Amino acid sequence: MTNDYRISTKNLNLFYGDLQALKNVSIDVPNNQVTALIGPSGCGKSTFLKTLNRMNDLIPNVTITGEVFFSGLNVYKEYDIVELRKNIGMVFQKPNPFPMTIYDNIAYGPKIHGIKSKSKLDDIVEKSLRDSALWEEVKDRLKQNALGLSGGQQQRLCIARVLAVEPEVVLMDEPTSALDPISTLKIEDLIEDLKKSYTIIIVTHNMQQAARISDITAFFLNGEIVEFGNTNQLFSTPRDKRTEDYITGRFG
Amino acid sequence: MVRHSFDRELEQLQSLMVKMAGLVEESIENSILALKKQNVELARQVYENDDNIDELESRIEKVCINLIARQQPLAKDLRAISTALKIITDMERIADQAADIAELTIRMAEMKYIKPLIDIPIMADLAKKMVTKAIDSYINQDITLAREVCDGDDEVDDLFSKIVLELINIMKNNPETVEQATDFMFVVKYLERIGDHATNIAEWVVFNVTGSHDHMARKTD
Repeated sequence: MTNDYRISTKNLNLFYGDLQALKNVSIDVPNNQVTALIGPSGCGKSTFLKTLNRMNDLIPNVTITGEVFFSGLNVYKEYDIVELRKNIGMVFQKPNPFPMTIYDNIAYGPKIHGIKSKSKLDDIVEKSLRDSALWEEVKDRLKQNALGLSGGQQQRLCIARVLAVEPEVVLMDEPTSALDPISTLKIEDLIEDLKKSYTIIIVTHNMQQAARISDITAFFLNGEIVEFGNTNQLFSTPRDKRTEDYITGRFG
Repeated sequence: MVRHSFDRELEQLQSLMVKMAGLVEESIENSILALKKQNVELARQVYENDDNIDELESRIEKVCINLIARQQPLAKDLRAISTALKIITDMERIADQAADIAELTIRMAEMKYIKPLIDIPIMADLAKKMVTKAIDSYINQDITLAREVCDGDDEVDDLFSKIVLELINIMKNNPETVEQATDFMFVVKYLERIGDHATNIAEWVVFNVTGSHDHMARKTD
């Protein structure tokens, strides 16, 4: 594995009981780029995303074979899960701020990871909120409850919360599907900015969103990767007929 | 199949393209016939037909832009629409050049031609065949035919050089022919350009089918 691909999978298979949800998935995810995972419901794209930071560990009857590497180490064998999730953060479909102040939402992670200095925490909170393009909107109400923010602001807060622990990779599972178009575009802009410092993998049902924001796209179908490559190429001249049918809306 | 209304709109776009192509073919055919027979009436018809072609071009443009805005076409749909947008420009230029030839025909109608027209009709037929083949290759998405169009361009270019030389010699020998010889010079230049536009169309047909746009015409001159 080279340094250009911090996340890689090799012959990854995942079963929910008898049902095989991922079949021999082998990809290298390039650093500091946005990789979009697309495909119809039930194709395995969210399942795949969750294997990367072991979110499937909590689901009963899940069997995983094959390998997931992060920075050259097998995430299922050679990583402490807390350390892994610090390095690979995740943003979910519905914004899920903690029921506490805006400030505490961001400071929570760094505190858990041992940062106690008030001034250092202040710095982290400000930097994370600036990086998630939320600072200007909330700087005068950091001590107010985060649940009072709008949906789009809450989602950017959740992104700030991830950034506060300085991960290398940010996983996003349909991060804008519960947001209005303006908030969606704000998040998309933010993703564009974030890729300078982070590697981003995003699951999206919105094909136009994948086309707009990603550098690389993976098309999943029935647990397999049908096509994986440059977004421009995949959306203009897909190599596989199944990709063509899916992205042009002639599926099934 | 789940995009019925989009598919219907793409079919409508295709039928507008076929209609425009038909008018363009008719224009070039008639302009050549009018030149050969010094038929002013036919030349005038070509000239007037040009407005209809221009209108059709703007109509197709609007259809394409609306489809892009409303349907977010991707892959082969996107290629079909961008190909249509590119091709109509070439078709419109071909019709313009046919109209230009018609205009010169009207101007020369009362004069006796300085020489019997032999090579010019041959060149005109070649250019017309290129256009017909280019249009057929578009309608049938036939890339073998599209490649033939590009091969034909060499012949048209060779005839262009040959006729230009001949006209220069005629002018040198008899300065009174300069005016008409210059008009013929324009005619052959228009024909040569028509060949180039046909080649462009053919190249876009190849793009539409394969996804890659290569310039296939001869690059030596």
